[in-house]
Amino acid sequence: MNALDLDGLLTFWGRRWDDILELVLQHLAVVALSLLIATVVGVLIGILVWNRPVPRSLTIAAAGVALTIPSLALLALITPVFGLGWTPTVLSLVFYSLLPIVRNTVVGLREVSPAIMESAKGMGMSPAKILFAVQLPMAWPIILTGVRVAAQLTIGIAAIAAYVAGPGLGQFIFQGLSSLGSKNALNFALTGTLGVVLLALVVDGAFVLISRSTTSRGLRV
Amino acid sequence: MSESTATGITAIAQHTSGVEIVLDQVVKVYPGQQAPAVEDFSMTVAPGELVMFVGPSGCGKTTTMKMINRIIEPSSGSISIGGRDVLSLDPNELRRHIGYVIQQIGLFPHMTIAENIATVPKLLGWSKPRIAERVDELLETVQLDPGTFANRYPKQLSGGQQQRVGVARALAADPPVMLMDEPFGATDPITREKLQAEFLRLQESIGKTIIFVTHDFDEAIRLGDRIAVLSDRSRIEQFDTPANILAEPANDYVASFIGHGAALKRLALVPVVEATLGAAVGTSGAPTIELAGNLRDALDVLVLTGLPAVDVVDEHGRAVGSLSVDRISAVLGAELPGRTAGSRAGAR
Repeated sequence: MNALDLDGLLTFWGRRWDDILELVLQHLAVVALSLLIATVVGVLIGILVWNRPVPRSLTIAAAGVALTIPSLALLALITPVFGLGWTPTVLSLVFYSLLPIVRNTVVGLREVSPAIMESAKGMGMSPAKILFAVQLPMAWPIILTGVRVAAQLTIGIAAIAAYVAGPGLGQFIFQGLSSLGSKNALNFALTGTLGVVLLALVVDGAFVLISRSTTSRGLRV
Repeated sequence: MSESTATGITAIAQHTSGVEIVLDQVVKVYPGQQAPAVEDFSMTVAPGELVMFVGPSGCGKTTTMKMINRIIEPSSGSISIGGRDVLSLDPNELRRHIGYVIQQIGLFPHMTIAENIATVPKLLGWSKPRIAERVDELLETVQLDPGTFANRYPKQLSGGQQQRVGVARALAADPPVMLMDEPFGATDPITREKLQAEFLRLQESIGKTIIFVTHDFDEAIRLGDRIAVLSDRSRIEQFDTPANILAEPANDYVASFIGHGAALKRLALVPVVEATLGAAVGTSGAPTIELAGNLRDALDVLVLTGLPAVDVVDEHGRAVGSLSVDRISAVLGAELPGRTAGSRAGAR
């Protein structure tokens, strides 16, 4: 096992800067794409089940159970059907994102107080109008928190997706693990891991900004 | 049916001052419950009248009111507004022409005050300039400065201010009918009294037909043209003017609702001008009674001073006569329907 060699690491970064940047962008892209799909699907599911007790409980329970499936196992299971690369990666990331997004959508929609629902109805707003003009805007900060949790979750899981030739920083981590003992093994693994952590921090910060700029001032004051 | 719906809405929407509301044998039975929540409720509310529903919680008064805008669907019976059967109209269209104020107000927290008030006009497809003009007008009506408040959010307002916005929002499309469910119930006593006074002044100028639900009998006396005292299953125990209910409660139930001090509550309803004044006493420096006040305030002055008679002064401070406890009692006696108008007792 090589000891940590800071000079070596810096040289490694200097020489592989292009590769690192590309992997970071790939990582970011696959997470963003997955979150986008998961948000659309998750909010839709939330809209469909929030007011129906049995489907609501079933959906939340199913999503909870789904989250306990180890990501490595899931990836192994879906590659025979979907092949390698981006497809199984995006699919699995969407899969893991759904729980927090669906759950927070349901919570957010249900949290609108009965008084607000009644006054909306009493003014002659249709259920669809109430959903889009009142409930969703009011639930938005809560839904966005769900997406933020999903982002943290999927940035980590995306690293594992290199196992099925997925894009992103996981490639460095796996390359390091598979070449243990070689000169650059530790540099590969360390760069991949640090990249994932940094990316997670940056994305989390970005969500704070997104949340602030897309939430009504009336819900923040 | 669709044609009658369209004309029905237009017929209701044409009116901006009050129209008649008729409830005929309205029943509400909730599924799975033996006893009806509202049983055979019939009532006619005259155009521009402010009718108070008073009763203990759970008596069905709110349920009865909410059937008028079909927040709750009646099980049977008929309800009409301005001669139109509301049960044949599209509920959402109907509700856009009925002002609705609830105790919790239910302002939309993510919208500004202006956007909140604009809700119904927007649903009705008004033009932007017309909406903006109406919002300013309404904010002034409820005594909130448009420049200060239009772009604020509900959370930035006090409870009393929020309730004013609630009333403004209900009035936005100038509906002929207003339904109010304990609108001032959650405010502190001082704010409530202020809101009540403002509301009375407002109603004087707009003349809507209003159904106002409360469990506070004093509020009912203060605001109502007529009061319906309701007991279980929304049964009408008495439906009459505040003065008549105080003077002659129909039964023990109504009497118990009035509570103690019925005579004092009645005095608050009678202006000083209704009393037969005696000759002015003319004691200089003694407290006086204002001609514009009510007899309860007058009695207050009498009790406080301990004098047998106190001068009544007009707005210029000139003594126009005097009042004594005897003369105040005489007004109450004369007001008793049994003594002056024997026909009333028979009519009930």
